[in-house]
Order: sequence, then structure tokens, then C-alpha cells
Amino acid sequence: MSKFHVNGEQVEFRGVADTPLLWVLRDHLSMTGTKFGCGMALCGACTVHINGEPARSCVTPASTLEGKRVVTIEGIVGTTQGRVARAVQAAWVEKDVVQCGYCQSGQVMAATALLSKNAAPSDADIDAAMSGNICRCGTYQRVREAIKSASSSLKKA
Amino acid sequence: MKSPARRDFLKGSTALAGALVISFWLPGGGGRRAFAQQAPAAVSPNAFLRIGKDGTCTVMVKHLEFGQGVTTSLPMLVAEELECDWSRVRAELAPAGAEYAHTMFGMQMTGGSSSVVNSYDQLRTVGAQARTMLMQAAADQWKVKLADVRAEKGFVVGPGGKKLSYGQLAEAASKVPVPQKVALKDPKDFKLIGKPMRRLDSLEKVNGKAVFGLDVQRKNLHTALVAHPPVFGARPRSFNTDKVKAVPGVTHVVELSNGVAVVGKSFWAAKTGRDALVIDWDLGPNVAVSTAALGKQFRELAKTPGKVAKKSDNPEAIKAAVKTVVAEYEVPYLAHAPMEPLNCTLEVRADGAEIWVGSQFQGVDHLAAAKALGLEPAKVKMNTMLAGGGFGRRANPVSDYIIEACQVAKDIKVPVKVVWTREDDIRGGYYRPMYVHRVEAGVDAQGKIAAWNHVIVGSSIVGGTPFEAMMVKDGIDPTSTEGVADSPYDIPNMNVTLHTVPTGVPVLWWRSVGHSHTAFVMETMMDELAAAAGKDPVAFRREMLAKHPRVQRVLDLAASKAGWGSALPQGRGRGIAVHESFGSVCAQVAEVSLEGGAVKVHRVVAAFDCGRVVNPLTIEAQLQGAIAFGMSAALFGQITLKDGRVEQSNFHDYPVLRMNEMPRVEVHLVPDGDRPTGVGEPGVPAVAPAIANAMFALTGKRVRALPLSGTKWA
Repeated sequence: MSKFHVNGEQVEFRGVADTPLLWVLRDHLSMTGTKFGCGMALCGACTVHINGEPARSCVTPASTLEGKRVVTIEGIVGTTQGRVARAVQAAWVEKDVVQCGYCQSGQVMAATALLSKNAAPSDADIDAAMSGNICRCGTYQRVREAIKSASSSLKKA
Repeated sequence: MKSPARRDFLKGSTALAGALVISFWLPGGGGRRAFAQQAPAAVSPNAFLRIGKDGTCTVMVKHLEFGQGVTTSLPMLVAEELECDWSRVRAELAPAGAEYAHTMFGMQMTGGSSSVVNSYDQLRTVGAQARTMLMQAAADQWKVKLADVRAEKGFVVGPGGKKLSYGQLAEAASKVPVPQKVALKDPKDFKLIGKPMRRLDSLEKVNGKAVFGLDVQRKNLHTALVAHPPVFGARPRSFNTDKVKAVPGVTHVVELSNGVAVVGKSFWAAKTGRDALVIDWDLGPNVAVSTAALGKQFRELAKTPGKVAKKSDNPEAIKAAVKTVVAEYEVPYLAHAPMEPLNCTLEVRADGAEIWVGSQFQGVDHLAAAKALGLEPAKVKMNTMLAGGGFGRRANPVSDYIIEACQVAKDIKVPVKVVWTREDDIRGGYYRPMYVHRVEAGVDAQGKIAAWNHVIVGSSIVGGTPFEAMMVKDGIDPTSTEGVADSPYDIPNMNVTLHTVPTGVPVLWWRSVGHSHTAFVMETMMDELAAAAGKDPVAFRREMLAKHPRVQRVLDLAASKAGWGSALPQGRGRGIAVHESFGSVCAQVAEVSLEGGAVKVHRVVAAFDCGRVVNPLTIEAQLQGAIAFGMSAALFGQITLKDGRVEQSNFHDYPVLRMNEMPRVEVHLVPDGDRPTGVGEPGVPAVAPAIANAMFALTGKRVRALPLSGTKWA
């Protein structure tokens, strides 16, 4: 059994210890905003925050989460990074970023983590922070524009 | 035969009580029909449009939303004529149903870059009919003539400024007969069509609330993973489940025709169970298949003519050429690799079955599922879910993953979601076919093309499917030759032949289908011939497009916006390509450099003519996406087989374009004509040849094989 927090609520997971967090969220907690894309930390669709840092939930066993704080796309706006997350989501809508949308939970989580640490990322910073998140629809150009737009809206606010 | 125009009311539903519900069938005939008649669905709203008492206008979207934006562009078509308040418009994905048949293909499907094209008249008519009915209802209430009322922003306005909202009028309007003839707007009066409209589905896709097929939840839902054949066509001889049954949460093991399914209470249980399964496979006839050997076989075949796709009167014309180029091209198998792995959820009940799936082929898949389940189609309800990409993989004429899911669900008596892992997806076949082309072309003393002999070798996508009878003529599958035999270039003495070779590797359409390889061959060869003729690549192409001013205009725009002919920084090269597909024309100029021995694409300037522009914001996004998709294939994409086994498995060995590799893409639209043409696919074909031509400009080296990662530049 492991005890940890998901979006501020305590969770006790009694299933098989090596179950990846991704499937704890999706199958045991019925939170499907975090997506399955590769199962090998190659695509970023499953990105969540663990203790405030972006992490790939598909390769994070439940057994390693004892006492940790997990935040998912469903809960990110209610956290200390909520202001940034809201700016990111608003910029994504304004720039009409999404296409199929399947990778976008992960993109939003990664971009929120980036902007929380670096309020004015350069193109190179964006490349470094976002290259782990694959988008097969190819929304990268608008993702880049939206990150810059979120950055400037956060500066103004 | 149902009446071509009728209304349906869903009785007993409070949500719909008093709502105006419009549905109709366009009169049949005219279009090509793959299937004479599609089975009716078990439950269907029988409607394209619902206007609620609260004024909400819900458009039923008959196509799959998998990124291309139909849940915005199709409602725009309705709303343009409906004169409703756009902020009250909602989109809902239609289930499988005969009334949602594609107006050109006669069955419900999404493909061929045709969603807006085939809906353009249909959905504007729906909007105009509904608006007329609302106006009539108001006119009746006010006891005035129809001509004395007008519709604007969700209200009908009458004499003296009287107003009634669409919500207030919905119930009365639902009793007005559907007008058979309605006039559609003059395009100069368009308020929505042609304007950049943001997507209706953005918010739910950035806050995690959007429900994709993989996100479907049902009570007591189980998950199944299938152990697929390690070699295409292999079958399980026997299997040992001792260790599988010891895995906590595993509930069933089901033998399928081509594999073994492990069912569990969660994904992880099913996955762990599948990992523990030991199967003795009868590997079948494809155990020796290798892409290296196929390449050799294809190249050998390419030296001889195949079946004739295009024939010139003078087969010896090549002998008159003063300069001849002979080139052999090879392109690999490609996986679609949509972000959302394939999945299908089923609930088989005593009285029928319900399916949830993101399918491009609802019409085909619905019938296939009913057959696989042994049920009347009317007893099978197929819900369309949002799909995380597809690119053709969800449009399989033989319904592979749907039938597999039905086989799993049929007898286990629990609701089940069959999930493919990424490894299942990459290794699961249904690839863009590999092809070899051999081209022998020459220029005359004036630097014009004298003759062009072209042999294509590859597998048929539609062969052995229900589409074969409709599409294959005289042994030519047009998906193998499109973009060559019908090239807009004025090429004299052109001979095109095709060898169709079955390989045992399942193949399928992949975003832009045949154009995904033919544009690469045509447009790199054009570049070689321009060089042979001593002419500028743009000028050389222009000369041969005199009869196709539309293509010429797009080529010119891309060249001028990219600064064709202007100096580039040291270490940069520039290349161009233009290609016509799905009724549209796209030209691209790529700017490249070599970084650490690998191709780096800095900028792509695209000019695009897709006829009438419906939503420029979506079109720009589709071009950016098509270029990224085409680049993944051009730079790294390849599926290879050795000893019958696929050598790739996930994104580490089947890499796709990432953020740091995305060039700056500039899109320039050429509005042209009254009707929309294709958007989703035509941006793909030109990017690979534009990059290859740019690499020639930079290095002097001609690339005749994809992916470019296989080329040694130094």
C-alpha cells in the first residue's frame, strides 16, 4: 500500500505496487485527463507534477509515491501554480493550439512547469522544456506562440 | 427508401422536448457509392441540427473529429445560413447512422480530405431550412407574411421591431413542414465562412475534460490487451495460461482468430497478464519477409514495365532526348502512430451491443462489428468518440481492431475496452506501403522535357478489400499511381506502368495516400531535369504549367513569399516543390542546413489553394500540422522487417518530429473559386521533395531514398 496526495486529496493505493501512476489515476481514480501514449516516457502525454516537478506518470510506480504530492491536469488550476496554468490554458485557447487534443494535457502540464520556473523563456528554453512532449498533429508552432503569449499575460497581470 | 426530407422528434426526452430537430437525406445518386446501403443504427437522433428551448443550436457532426477541426468547420456551415448566435452553437459527434452517410461515397466515413467538401451544400441547406422554419413560425404567430420577417443572431425580427428568439420559436417551428427548396446565400454575404473562427473544442482539450475513446468509462469495465502475431499472418497453435491466471486482476483469457486476449480489471492487470502469456505460434507464410529483400525484388521488377496506367503514342521518344536522367527511388513502410493508441469499448447485452470508438469508417465498422458479434446491425449502437489522431489508421476497410474487439467481447459477459499499446500500434501493420519507382526522363535541345518513362512497384492498398471493385480499373490501383499518371505538368510522351506486389505486410492509406510518395519522386525528378536543362527550378516548372494557371499561381506565390532567388546565409540551402492533391494545390519552399551531419529545416513557406476558404485559422493549422507530419516521414520515418518481424516498436526507434525540430512555417492562402477543396492532406506531399531539393542546393547531392536520415551528406 502507498499513501500519497492527488490534487490535494489523500489517496491510499492498495493495488499491485508496480502499477504506474498513470493507471492508478485512470483506472483506479477514474481521472482520465492524463493520457497514455507510449508507456516508456518517450512522448509526454502522461505528464503530471510530482512535488511540483513535471514527471512521466507512465513510468512512475505507485510504490515510489509515498508521501508525495501529485497534481494532474484536473487539479492544476487549484494549486500554487494555478495562476500560471490558467494563463497557459487561456493562451492555448486564444492561439487555437489544439487539434486532436490528445497530447495537450501533457503539453499544458509541461508548459505550466516551464513558466512557473522561467517567466520569460527563450526559444531554446521552450525547446528544452517541451521537446519531450510529442504532438503528432504538429501543433508545435502554436504551442510556442501560446507559451510566449502566456508569458506576457503573466507579466502584465 | 426514406423520404429525402423529413423531420423526426425524439419523444419523451425532456432535453429535447419542444426542440426543433431537422434531418434529411440528400437525394441519392450522382456520387460514387462504396456500399449500396448502410444499415440503420439502433438509436439515432436522426438529425443534423437541434435547437433547444434555451436557444442552444447543436450541430450533429457526422465526421470523426481527430484534429482536423470538423466540430468547428461543419457547425460554421450550418450557422452561416441559420443566422444564429455563434456563441450558442455546440457540436456533438454523430453515432453510426445511415443518415450520416458521406454525400459522395454513400457511407459514413472520414477521409480523402472531404469532410467540408461533401458537407458544404448539405449543411448550409440544413441551416437555411431551419432558419426558414423559424421565420415561418414567427410569421404565423404574428399573422404576417414570411417576407415581412427576417432572421438575425438567433432572433426572428418582424414588423415594428418585434422579436422572438430561436429558443422561443423552436417548438412551433418544429411543426412547420421542412421547406423543400431553400435559396443559399450569395458568398458576398457570408458572415462566418471565410472568417478565422476559433475551435469550439479548445477548452475541454486543455483542461483534461475531453473524452476520447480511451477515456470511456462504464460500470464494471474491464480492459483487454491482445497478444498479436509476431509475424503477419501467424496464428496461435497453443498457449499456456498458468502464469497468466496467477496475475492479480486477470479475469479471462480469450483465444482469437489471430491472437490471444488477456482481460483484466485494469490496464495494468491485463498488461502484466499478457506479458506472462506463453504462446506457441504457427508463424505461417510470412516468416522470411524482409524489407531488404523486398527492396531488391522491387528494384529488379522496376526494370521492366508493369501494367499500363498511362501510355504515350511514341514509346521511343526518350531516344530523342539530348540529356537523360535515370533514377531509382525507394520509400519505406510507414506507421501512422496517432497519439491515442487504438482502442474500442464494447458492452454486449442480452438485447444487443453498444460500442464506443473513434472510427473514421463508422459505415464499414458498424456492419463489420454486427457481423462479428452475430447481431443484426439494428441491434448494435456505435458511438463516435473523439480520436487522438488517426491519419488513415482508423479507416480500415477490413475493420481489424474493431473485429478483434468484438471477438474479445462476444462471450465474456463483461463490458470491455480493448487497448493497443504503442508497441502493438507500431508493429501492428496497415502501413503506408513501401514503393520503388524507376524514372527515365530526358530533356530536348531547348531544355524542355522530351519523354518520361515511369515504373512504380508496390502493394495495393485497396486490393482484397470492398473498395477494390469500385476503385481498381485494368489492374491499376489509383492509390499507387495518383500524382504521377495525372500530373498537371505538360509532359509529352509520358508512360506510367505499375507492378502490384503482394508482400504479406498489411498496408493502408496514410495521410495523403499515394501522393505521400509520388510527389517526392515527381518533384525531385523535376529538380534534376531543371538542372539537366540548365534552368532555374521555378522557371522550369512554370513553363510546363502553362495549361494549369492555378498550379502556376500557387508555385509563384510560394516562390515570391520565400524570396526565391535572394541570397541565403552561408550554409543554408533552399528548395521548392508543388503538388496537386485532393482538389487542392500546395507549393512549399524549404530552407535547410546541415547540423552535426543531420538535416535541419529552418523555415517552410507554403502557398495553398483549397478553393473557397471556410476557416482560415483551421487551414493554417492543418498546413502547419501536415508539414510536421510530412517531415517526420521525410527525416526519420521507416518501418523495416527482418525474418518477418517488424524491427521498430515505440517512439525511440520510430522517431517523430519534436518541438526542437519544428521549422517556422508560413502559410499563404490563395482564395480561389466558389467551392472548398481538400485541406487535411494536401499539405503533406510537397514537404519531402522541397527538403530534398533544398539539400541538393546545399550539398549538390541528390536524394532518392527516404528517410533522409539514411543519407550520408559528407
